[in-house]
Amino acid sequence: MSVTLARIEPSIAGVGDYVALLKPRVMSLVVFTALVGLLIAPGHVHPVIALTALLCIAVGAGAAGALNMWYDADIDARMLRTAGRPIPQGRVTPGEAAGFGLTLAVFAVVTLGLLVNWVAASLLAFTIAFYIVIYTMWLKRSTPQNIVIGGAAGALPPIIGWAAVTGGVAVEPIVLFLIIFFWTPPHFWALSLYRVEDYARAGIPMLPVVAGEAETRRQIVIYTLILAPLGVAPWFLGYAGPLYGIAALATGAAMIVLALRVRAERQGHAASKQMFGFSILYLFVLFAVLLADRLWGGLAAQAVSHFAA
Amino acid sequence: MTIMSDAMDKEPKPETGIRLTEQQLRARRSRSIAIALALGAFVVVIFLVTLVKLGSSVLTRPM
Repeated sequence: MSVTLARIEPSIAGVGDYVALLKPRVMSLVVFTALVGLLIAPGHVHPVIALTALLCIAVGAGAAGALNMWYDADIDARMLRTAGRPIPQGRVTPGEAAGFGLTLAVFAVVTLGLLVNWVAASLLAFTIAFYIVIYTMWLKRSTPQNIVIGGAAGALPPIIGWAAVTGGVAVEPIVLFLIIFFWTPPHFWALSLYRVEDYARAGIPMLPVVAGEAETRRQIVIYTLILAPLGVAPWFLGYAGPLYGIAALATGAAMIVLALRVRAERQGHAASKQMFGFSILYLFVLFAVLLADRLWGGLAAQAVSHFAA
Repeated sequence: MTIMSDAMDKEPKPETGIRLTEQQLRARRSRSIAIALALGAFVVVIFLVTLVKLGSSVLTRPM
C-alpha cells in the first residue's frame, strides 16, 4: 500500500490578500452604521471604549467576510465578479481563510465582551454566526429569499453599536435595523438583474434566476415602497431632526421613482444600474445625515447650556 | 583521525527541506510584519482600556 502525501506549497499570500478576505468595503459600511448606532444612543461612553467597540465590530465583520470566502470559494470561482478573490486565484488556501476568519471572530467577540459589554459581544457573535451558518451555508444556495433573510446580518451593526453604549436594545436602533433590512433586497436585486448570467452559472437561486426579471422588478418596487416610509421613521419617532426628515423624504422619493423605472424597463439594464448605484448613496445619506443631525444637536445643546450657565 | 572527522563534519550537507523562493520569502516577511503590527495594536488597546477602566486605582489594589 502506498501513501501519497500532498505537497504543501509555502504560501505566496501577501498582506493585501488577507485584507481582501476581510471584504474591506462591506466592513466600512458595517463600521459606519455601527458608529451611527453608537452615537445616537443615550448615555456616555469613553471615546477609547467606543473606538474599541468599533474596532471589534470591524474585525468581526472582516472575520465573517473571510469565513464567507472560505465556504463560497467554489461559487466565487464561477462568478466574474468574485473570480479574482484570493482563494479562487490560489493565493490563499481555503483552510488558511477558515483559520484566519475563525481566529478573528473569536478574538473580536471575546475582546468586545471583556472590554465593552457582553450584550454587544453576544449580538456580534450572533451576527457572525447568522451570516455564516444561516445565510452562507444554508439560504444562499437554497432559496431566492437568501438575501431577504440573510440581510438581517448586515442590518444588525447599528444595534450592536447602540448596545455597546447602553448594554441593551431599544426601538431606535431596531428602526435602523429595519431600514437596512428592507434596503438590502432592492439593492441586491437591482445588481442581480444585470448579473443574472453570473448567478445562474454559479447555481445561486437569486430571484431573477428563479422567478424571472418581471417578478424581480415587481418585488423591487414592493420593498422600496416599504423602505421609503421606514427611512423617514427616525424623524417621526423624534430622534432625528427636520434636516434628516427632509433628506429621508427626498431620497426616499428618488428611490421610489428609480424602482418604478426599473419596473417599467423593458430593454437593457440602465435603470437597474442606476437603482443599484443610488441605493448605496441613499443608505449613506440617511446614516450620514442622522449622524450630522445628532452631532450638531449635541453641539447646539452644549452651547445652549454653556450660555445659560 | 580527529582532524579528519572534524573536516568531514564541516562538509556542507545537501539540503533536504523546502527552499523558499524570493516571492515566498517576501510574502512571509510582509505577513510577519502585519502580524507584529496587529499584536502591537492589540497591546495598545488593552493598555488604553485598562487605564480608562481602572485609572490610577490600578496601582492601589490591596496586597
